[in-house]
Amino acid sequence: MTTSDVLFIAIGLIAVGAALAVVLTEHLVRAGLWLVLALAAVAVEFLLLRAEFVAWVQVLIYVGAVVVLLLFAVMLTRAPIGPSSDLDRPLGPALLVGAGTGLGLSGLFVWAFAGKQFEAPPVGTAQSLGGNIFDDWVLPFEVLSVLLLAALVGAIVLSKKETSS
Amino acid sequence: MIRPMIPLVTAALLFGIGAYGVLRRRNAVLVLMSVELMLNAVNLILVTSDVVRRQLTGQAFSLFVIVIAAAEIGVGLALVLRLFRLRNSINVDEVPLDENMS
Repeated sequence: MTTSDVLFIAIGLIAVGAALAVVLTEHLVRAGLWLVLALAAVAVEFLLLRAEFVAWVQVLIYVGAVVVLLLFAVMLTRAPIGPSSDLDRPLGPALLVGAGTGLGLSGLFVWAFAGKQFEAPPVGTAQSLGGNIFDDWVLPFEVLSVLLLAALVGAIVLSKKETSS
Repeated sequence: MIRPMIPLVTAALLFGIGAYGVLRRRNAVLVLMSVELMLNAVNLILVTSDVVRRQLTGQAFSLFVIVIAAAEIGVGLALVLRLFRLRNSINVDEVPLDENMS
């Protein structure tokens, strides 16, 4: 049990606990705020895994932009402030699939990686990661920029008020 | 030294919780939040795989996943707002699946 193991377990517990609160809470706004904690905990895990650039991108885009968008959607759909009792559907299938995938994958990873340790990799800085993306993955990068533009235009068209007919 | 089992199990549990949330929640915004949890679990697995294989491909792919998630949340929330404007409710089990249901 080294220091990094203890840190990984502590941050992992925070992430899993906050994620459980997201799917169990009866307050819509609190679900969004618990999501901030879960995503920030995952960002700290990225830092512990030496993925520095990905961690800050996670903080900027997820914790910064995506959660703000979600909270805006909560406001714009006139969600109630207090607890809502009608947020959930039947328990059975959700519990079966959720516990099945979660525990099944956990079992697989424990079986595959139990007791294995690896040297800490070199830090994934913006420089090394940029070199990797623009050397090996230029085409996916360009395709993604087109996808982002299409999503932007699509979102504007969808949320535009109907003017005629 | 890094023990990759711990972040991998964390990611597996996050994915399971997200799958539970997608199937359990009725409110479309909460469903989107659960989808974000699942995408984050995948990112965590990609980044952890870099430690095992000593390369940067997983981190590059996790950046791509983050971009796709941003696009997805933008279009998803536009759809949710459209649904709210049409039906005054964003419960996913009240969405009509064909023209005969109302």
